Amino acid sequence: MTTATPLTTTPPVAVDKKESAASKAKKKLTSPWASLVAIIIAVLWTLPTFGLLISSFRPERAIKTSGWWTWFSDPTFTLDNYRSVFDPDAINLADFFLNSIVITLPAVIIPLCLASLAAYAFAWMKFPGKNFLFIAIFALQIVPIQVTLIPLLTLYVDMGIANTFWTLWLSHSAFALPLAIYILHNFIKEVPSSLIEAARMDGAGHVAIFFRVLLPLLTPALAAFGIFQFLWVWNDLLVSLTFAGSPEISPLTVQLSNLSGTRGTAWHLLSAGAFVSIIVPVTVFLLLQRYFVRGLLAGSVKG
Amino acid sequence: MFAAILLFAAVVGVLLFIAGRFGGKRDRVVAYLYLAPVVLMLSVGLLYPGVRTIYESFFNAAGDAFIGIDNYKTIFTDSEQLVVLRNTAFWVLLTPFAATGVGMLYAILVDKAKGEAFAKALIFLPMSISFVAASVIWKFMYEYRPDQGNVKQIGLVNQIIVWLGGKPVQLLIDSPLNTFLLIAVMIWIQAGFAMTVLSAAIKAIPDDIIEAARLDGVGPWGMFRFVTLPAIRPAVIVVITTIAIGTLKVFDIVQTMTGGRFNTSVIANEFYSQSFRSANQGLGAALAVVLFVLVIPIVVYNIRQLRRSEA
Repeated sequence: MTTATPLTTTPPVAVDKKESAASKAKKKLTSPWASLVAIIIAVLWTLPTFGLLISSFRPERAIKTSGWWTWFSDPTFTLDNYRSVFDPDAINLADFFLNSIVITLPAVIIPLCLASLAAYAFAWMKFPGKNFLFIAIFALQIVPIQVTLIPLLTLYVDMGIANTFWTLWLSHSAFALPLAIYILHNFIKEVPSSLIEAARMDGAGHVAIFFRVLLPLLTPALAAFGIFQFLWVWNDLLVSLTFAGSPEISPLTVQLSNLSGTRGTAWHLLSAGAFVSIIVPVTVFLLLQRYFVRGLLAGSVKG
Repeated sequence: MFAAILLFAAVVGVLLFIAGRFGGKRDRVVAYLYLAPVVLMLSVGLLYPGVRTIYESFFNAAGDAFIGIDNYKTIFTDSEQLVVLRNTAFWVLLTPFAATGVGMLYAILVDKAKGEAFAKALIFLPMSISFVAASVIWKFMYEYRPDQGNVKQIGLVNQIIVWLGGKPVQLLIDSPLNTFLLIAVMIWIQAGFAMTVLSAAIKAIPDDIIEAARLDGVGPWGMFRFVTLPAIRPAVIVVITTIAIGTLKVFDIVQTMTGGRFNTSVIANEFYSQSFRSANQGLGAALAVVLFVLVIPIVVYNIRQLRRSEA
């Protein structure tokens, strides 16, 4: 599907009848207007990010006195902006970057572990109340996070874990479970039952079946949901603002949002800060977009 | 961090160990063991807080006196809250259709074109960045500099207005224009999602149907109207409803770009302001409940459509 394969410039050598009919029709469809519209959309969708990226490498004075497009006629380059956002005595993005990682990894791994167990139980076990439980968990997807925040905050204070990473790990995990179970269940269901039966005949228990038969088959699904959840947690602002009030546990998004509010015109800091926060999710996305798209499709349209 | 991961790995390990002792003979016990942690987390993390919030929405600002449906009355009568409702309506009516429209158009235009993967990645990339970063990117696009001789615009949108002979506008302060400019950011983020799902649906249309229509002399527009659109209709509905739900809950964009000032607040953002800034817990809870109630019909419609398309 959407793999970033390098473009081939050489036309296909063997052109049979069917292909030529298809390409003929395609030529009809791809009028210059159609290409023009596609290019306009592509430019509109790329230009805003590109402008900020250029700005992040321009000197503070230049950013504040002229548009980034003047860079093409008067190119200047500096890393000062990135140096300033990593300055330990000021913006200190390095610490927030670390917090983002510390928050995200468990918040991805915990729900994945728990959800795969549950999805397995729903897909291959018989027990009373199965349908009711599955529908109940599926239905929980519609609870907006907003509805849960204040009671959870009270609960965390009572439990004495307020202002620790635990609040974020537990909240993100709980919020992720319904979708995780649904996606993983969809994948597990597609595993041919003969495979499970055969393993069972060989005397394998549920644990053996899970690890030896299902886990290898399930890896793409786990990756798909893992990336999904990773991007969600890494990019989250609401949950972090609510539970991670103190800077010691705030992620990048909170600090960037603060900067945007308090230093709304410090574009040299904002642009560099934005790209520091973008680097990790975009890298993950570009490397693993095949799985990400699969997860997206499994979560929205079936099949 | 590693302690947390290890702890949960240990929980799973213990569960698997116990399950292993039953050797697959007693499904019931093993199934309940597997489900126990999930049920526990969901009850404590989603179910209980949800019920609790509904309960608290009938209490006053401090949460210590029962005031019936007064909070809901405020939401539907107070002039400030009415602006919030109006803005939310703009968001939910505009974003899903605009994002889906752009996504569908683009998916059709680049379908089977040279460099399709790259072209798609360009549109899809905004989805992987945070709403906060997207807001910073667009705040820069909208940046305003006063209209004085030696001051140059540094925001592209205002520069284009100037190039066209207009005067620069305080884009994020002028209401209701500012709300639409915030909505544009959401459309920018969501179009990639729409494009990906719809592109997959378009590619799933059987070739022989397209071929048959082509032999009948159906033109590009007729192809879209009579072949493509009916075939991808279920996917279009899923995309529109998914984006609508996401839009209802949008908080980060408003929070980062205007903080809800200048008449730009929406329910999800107002919830945060009331609960945590204005210390009005009751109203905040009521807003969250309204959000919840608004999401339900969209999800129900979505599920019914899914069922019908499967049947």
